[in-house]
Amino acid sequence: MIASVFYFLSFVSIFFAVMVVVSKNPVHSVLYLILTFFSIAGHYLLLNAQFLALVHIVVYAGAIMVLFLFVIMLLNLNAATEPVKSSLMKFAGAIAGGSLMLVLIAVLSKINSIQPAHEVNTQIGLIKNLGKILFTEYNLPFEVASILFLVAMIGTVILAKKNPHTS
Amino acid sequence: MIEQIPLTHILFLSTALFFIGAYGFLTRRNMITMLMSVELILNSVNINLVAFNRYLHPNIDGAIFTLFIITIAAAEAAVAIAIIISLYRKIKSIDPEQADELKF
Repeated sequence: MIASVFYFLSFVSIFFAVMVVVSKNPVHSVLYLILTFFSIAGHYLLLNAQFLALVHIVVYAGAIMVLFLFVIMLLNLNAATEPVKSSLMKFAGAIAGGSLMLVLIAVLSKINSIQPAHEVNTQIGLIKNLGKILFTEYNLPFEVASILFLVAMIGTVILAKKNPHTS
Repeated sequence: MIEQIPLTHILFLSTALFFIGAYGFLTRRNMITMLMSVELILNSVNINLVAFNRYLHPNIDGAIFTLFIITIAAAEAAVAIAIIISLYRKIKSIDPEQADELKF
């Protein structure tokens, strides 16, 4: 049961990831990417990381993808304005990506099967436990992440502001 | 319940996602789509972290790392989109090959 759910989710995520890369229209790419993110959230649920699945959907599908969609519509991009890359470049990309993937898959298939650890606390992925650890053991990285957000916010505002001297 | 799935199959999935993202990054000539390919790559690494966390060392550390990666991805997307917009104002295109002012 769980195995068939896993293989179905894997097929869905790989299929939609391929569609993201090959579809000509950037709006379609964004929509396929949202579906990929939903299937990845399903993988997180299978791997006993419930809070992570929730955050993944909220942050990616709710924030980042809306930002992408907004910018695509602001810049008025569609399939007609998409610049085409030469087929030589596509061939080179396929060779580079494909051969690296082949090497990694060959290496991975050689390793012995690893059994998942037993006696797992199934409550560990829930919000209460994660919040406790985040605010005690990982308090310093948490605060550093908030400083990073502040820096990113200031940088975004400064970059997106019109400069009256140059234009 | 996850015992029926070998760890290697999850690693195959994340490898495939990583290189689909790498192919998209190399072949698309649209900065927004290139950014989306980078998000795909980051997500494949997240799957790896969560899977190793579940299989080899079942505490919460992998999930915390993934949380920080999601944080950094959000900040990175915001800054990159600001750069793309200001570049679009200047050269009226989001083709990275058109932005060749620094080229000698």
